[in-house]
Amino acid sequence: MKDPDQINTERLAGMGTVALAQTGDGTLIEDPAIEAPLVINDREFADVTETVCGYAEKPAPLWWYAALTAASGAALMAMIFIPYLIITGVGVWGLNNQVDWAWDITNFVFWIGIGHAGTLISAVLCLLKQKWRTAVNRSAEAMTIFAVVCAGIFPGIHIGRVWMAWMLAPLPNYNAIWPNFRSPLLWDVFAVSTYATVSLLFWYMGMIPDLATLRDRAQRRIAEGKAMHLRLMLPTGKPLDIKFINMDKIRAFGYGLFSIGWRFSSRHWHRYEAAYLILAGIATPLVLSVHSIVSFDFATSVLPGWHTTIFPPYFVAGAIFGGFAMVLLLLVPLRVVLPNFSDLLTLRHLENMAKILLVTGMMVGFAYAMEFFIAWYGGNEYEWSVFINNRANPAEAPYWWSYWIMISCNVISPQLFWFRKLRQNPTVIWIVALAVTIGMWFERFTIIVTSLHRAWLPGEWHMFWPTWVDILTFVGSCGIFLTLFMLFTKFLPMFAMAELKAVMPQASPHPHDEEGGH
Amino acid sequence: MADTRNKPGSWTRDIAMMMGTYIPGFAKPPARFVTEDGRAVHGVLAEFKTPAEVYHAAEKVRDKGYKRWDLYSPFPIHGIEGAMGFKRTKLPLLVAAIGFTGAGLGLLLQYWVSAVAYPLVVQGKPYGAWEPFVPIMFELGVLPSAFAALFGMLALNGLPRFHHPLLGQKSFWRVSDDRFFICIEAEDTKFDAQEVRTLLESAGSTNVELVEDDA
Repeated sequence: MKDPDQINTERLAGMGTVALAQTGDGTLIEDPAIEAPLVINDREFADVTETVCGYAEKPAPLWWYAALTAASGAALMAMIFIPYLIITGVGVWGLNNQVDWAWDITNFVFWIGIGHAGTLISAVLCLLKQKWRTAVNRSAEAMTIFAVVCAGIFPGIHIGRVWMAWMLAPLPNYNAIWPNFRSPLLWDVFAVSTYATVSLLFWYMGMIPDLATLRDRAQRRIAEGKAMHLRLMLPTGKPLDIKFINMDKIRAFGYGLFSIGWRFSSRHWHRYEAAYLILAGIATPLVLSVHSIVSFDFATSVLPGWHTTIFPPYFVAGAIFGGFAMVLLLLVPLRVVLPNFSDLLTLRHLENMAKILLVTGMMVGFAYAMEFFIAWYGGNEYEWSVFINNRANPAEAPYWWSYWIMISCNVISPQLFWFRKLRQNPTVIWIVALAVTIGMWFERFTIIVTSLHRAWLPGEWHMFWPTWVDILTFVGSCGIFLTLFMLFTKFLPMFAMAELKAVMPQASPHPHDEEGGH
Repeated sequence: MADTRNKPGSWTRDIAMMMGTYIPGFAKPPARFVTEDGRAVHGVLAEFKTPAEVYHAAEKVRDKGYKRWDLYSPFPIHGIEGAMGFKRTKLPLLVAAIGFTGAGLGLLLQYWVSAVAYPLVVQGKPYGAWEPFVPIMFELGVLPSAFAALFGMLALNGLPRFHHPLLGQKSFWRVSDDRFFICIEAEDTKFDAQEVRTLLESAGSTNVELVEDDA
C-alpha cells in the first residue's frame, strides 16, 4: 500500500500511475500511519484556484437565485418585525410576565453559540496543527460572523428602549451615570463585541490573498480580451446578457480594493503567518471566554437551574457542538450542488467533524447528567425541584417535551457516529447535524424558560408561550443568516485557497526527502 | 544603463521621496537604472514552476549576497525564511506591547469608573476590588491586540499599496494561481541586469524578464 502523498508527488514528477490508493475517496482507513489526502482526485494548484474562483465568477445558477429569494424573503420578516417591536414595545412578544428572558435570549444564546465553530476551527485547530481545517475554515468563519450578527440583534432589541443602548458603553453623559462593571451583562457586551470584531479581522485577513487571486484572474481576462459581462439567469433557465456591464472591471476594482495590493511576497507572507499565529493565539482564549461570559449571565444569578458552577465549560462545549453542527448543515449540501467541491471537502473532513460532534455531544451529555447529580447531591430542594418538576418529569413539568427533545437530539442522536459507516455517510451526518441544531436551540429554551416560569414566588408562576411576532422574528433571523451566507458563497472565495495549496503534497519544497524534511 | 541615483539629500526630501512610492502625486526618487527608451527599471523577474525549484533558486540568490530581492509564491513556502536568509519579524513585540497597554487601560478605566467617578455599592463588595474587572480587562487586551496584529502586519509590509511595478507585469499575475517568482530589484547595490539574468536562468527559471516601473 502506497502513501497517497507519495503517489501524488510521483505523478507530478511524471513517474508512477494515477491509480488511487485505498483512501482515494478521502475516507479514513484502518492503518493510522496512512493519512487520506486533503485534496483528492490528483488536483493541482491551478485546479484549486479554478474550482474556488470559477464558481465565484460564473453566472449564478438558478438554485442560488431560488435559495437567495427564500432566504431574503425570510430576512424581510425580521426587517418588518424588529421595527414593529421597537415601535410597539416588547409586549408584542410572549414575555409579558415574569418569563422576561424568553425566545429573544434563547435566540441570542443559540446564535452566539453557533458563532463559536468558525473561530474554533481557525484558531484552536490552527494551534493544534490540524491541517484538515483548511478546507472548512473560510466558510466556518463566515458563518461565525453571520451568526454573531444574528446574535447581536436579540439582546439589542429586547432591552425595550433601543435608543438608550449607547448607555452600555462607558461614555461621559449629562447624568454622570456610568455602567456597572461588576455586572456579567456588561461583560457580555464587551465579550460579544470584541468577539465579533476579532472574528471579522481574522476572516478578512485570511481572505486578503484569495481576494488578490480573484483580482488577478479578472485582470488576466481583461488583458486577454476575455472579460465577462453581466449574465443573469431568468426563471425560465435562459440567460439574460447585459453587455455594457463589464463584470471583470468591477471585480478588478472591488477585489483589488479589498486585497489592498497584496503581491504574495515571501517577506509579506512571513509577517502574515506571524500575524495569523498571534490572532489564533489570542482568539483561542477569546472564544473560550465569550461563551463562559454568556454563561455568567445565568450562573451569577440566584435562580435555581441557573446558579451552577458547571455553566462555563458546559456552555463552551455546547457552543462548539452547535457550531460544528451548523457548519455541517451548511457544507454538506454545498458539497453536492457545487461542482468539484467534494474534491476539496472530502469525506475525511466530514468524518473528522462528525467525530467532533460525537465528542462534544458526549461532553454536553455529561454536563446534563452532572447538573442532575449536583441537584440531588447538593441537597437543595429548590434546585432538585427545577430539574424534576420543571424539566424532566412529564407528569409534573409542563415543558417536559422541551427537555426530552434536548436530550434525544443532543445526547442520543450523535451516538450514531460510533459506527464508521454512519459517520462516512453525508446524509446521516446532515440529519444528525439538523437534529443537533434543533436540540441546541431547545437546550437554551429549557435552561431559560423552565427556570424562569416557576421561580421563587408561586404567585408569579406563569407559562411562556411565544406569539407570532416571536416566531416570525426568529425565522427572520434565520433568513438574515442564510441571506448573508448565500451572498458569501457567490461573491467571496469559499475556501482558503492559499492555505489549502500550502497543505497539498506538491507544496513541499523538498518533495523527495519525505516527512517535510526539516 | 548608468547609475543616476541621487546623492543622499536632506531627511525631509527622503521622506517626501518615500511617500512618492506609495502615494500618487508626490515626486518619485529618480531610478537607478533606466532602459534605452528612458523608462525606470524596477528589477528582473524570473518565473519558476514548482516550490522546490524556487526554493533552491532562493538559496543561490541569497548566497550571492543580494539584499533587495524577494520571492513571490501563491502560498507561504515552508522554511523559506532560511532559504532567503531574513530575520524574524518584530510583529509579536508590537502586538504584546499594544495588548498589555489595552489591558492596563481597561483595568484603569474600570477602577476609575467603579471607585472614583461613580462608586456604587454592588453586593457589598469594595469599590475597587479587582476581581470583577478581569473579564473586561481581558477583552480590552484582546481587542487592540487583534487590530495591532492585522494592521501592524500590513504596515510592516508597506500595505495598502495599490500600485506596484510587479502588479502591472502580465506574467506575474499567475503568482496568485500556481507560479513562483523571484525578483531582484534594481535598487540592490550589486544589481547588474545581465548578471542577474544569468544567475536566475542557471537556477532553473523558465522565463526571465525585465520589469519596468511605468507609473
